[in-house]
Amino acid sequence: MKKKIARAGRVISFSEGNHRSFPIMITLLVILLSILYHYLPGLIDWFAYDLLSLSSTSHIGKSIHFFFYDTIKILILLFLISGVMGVVNAYFPVDRLRVFLNTKELYGLEYLMASFFGAVTPFCSCSSIPLFIGFVKGGIPLGVTFAYLITSPLVNEVAVAMFLGLFGFKATLIYAGSGILMGVIGGFLLGKMKLDRFLSEWVKQIQNNAMAENELWSEENTTFIDRLPIIIKEAWGIVRSVLLYVVVGIAIGAVMHGYVPENFFTAYLSTDKWYAVPLAVIFAVPMYANTAGIVPVIQVFVAKGVPLGTAIAFMMAVVGLSLPEATLLKKVMQWQLVAIFFGTITLFIILLGFLFNVIL
Amino acid sequence: MEIKVLGTGCAKCKTQEQYVKEAVAQVNVEATVEKEEDIMKIMQYGVMATPAIVIDNEVVSKGRVLSVKEIVKLITQ
Repeated sequence: MKKKIARAGRVISFSEGNHRSFPIMITLLVILLSILYHYLPGLIDWFAYDLLSLSSTSHIGKSIHFFFYDTIKILILLFLISGVMGVVNAYFPVDRLRVFLNTKELYGLEYLMASFFGAVTPFCSCSSIPLFIGFVKGGIPLGVTFAYLITSPLVNEVAVAMFLGLFGFKATLIYAGSGILMGVIGGFLLGKMKLDRFLSEWVKQIQNNAMAENELWSEENTTFIDRLPIIIKEAWGIVRSVLLYVVVGIAIGAVMHGYVPENFFTAYLSTDKWYAVPLAVIFAVPMYANTAGIVPVIQVFVAKGVPLGTAIAFMMAVVGLSLPEATLLKKVMQWQLVAIFFGTITLFIILLGFLFNVIL
Repeated sequence: MEIKVLGTGCAKCKTQEQYVKEAVAQVNVEATVEKEEDIMKIMQYGVMATPAIVIDNEVVSKGRVLSVKEIVKLITQ
């Protein structure tokens, strides 16, 4: 059957002809988007303050400006980032990662590899179980699998685009970097705890029959040019699927921006209250919100006086851990393991929150 | 022809099933479309990313939603 899959890979090379002009079109598109991105602040200034003749100091003026500027900026970023991640995925899909982890002696680097690929692969919660089983079946240690599983929901194209757009480069780097690091350390520690006995019975059986899949990953014979249309289409699909959440999230953020008074949250969530971070995290763990919807709200929190560390910790707990995810994981592990997994990550996120509040 | 859509029941997988049905309706091919949601059976195909499409026991796509046009191409080949 393995052979068949490899062959099938080639079937999906939808060369739709006339792709000579494609590289030119893509280049044009990227240049066009870059120019738009560059001139966007001026364009939105003109739109909000001149065309709609709103005052730049009024609540409504600020809110409208924030809404249009940030929505467009984030959509451009999201499209570009999804495109880049699409290219990475086309050349290094998860099947290849599995073979790689199995066949190479990596001296601990496998945790970093798994965590890093968790970050660049698009995350779909329904894929996490097949993926988990796929790794177990391939004989990959549980800790390495956890490294992937921790980072995958935490760092994704939507989170990165939203962070870039709303918090800037430095905060994005910190968010993504610490997310990947947390996957590495968390995966390593969980791996050391010898938790295999807490897997579900049927998963244990799979694990006992695990075989290292050593066969070389068969390279698809599709050229880059052939693949680009699919990658672009998928990037566009991602933008389209979160469009509504981005718009709603930013709309809520925009309203809060204009109307919530400065330092409104400071009284409750400032740095000198030691319980602020744990409270924010524990409150956030069972919550599940779409990344696109939550980041604009977090941004308002930060603008109104909540420390960035507390905000990032809250955000990580919301997107990284949730009740729906727990119920999914329950299918492959016993409740003790789900609890240990969630407990460890919660603890890590709280520690990260404290750390950021100190160093940022 | 026997077509199976593998997926644990998320939105993407449902979309994929819908597209497959549309594609089958378009090309006038004798085909059964089935949705496989049992994770144990999905794993037997060695698929790690859903949704996936299986045509006559052969995995032809995994990890992304194919468009109707792409599916038509697959089943007419």
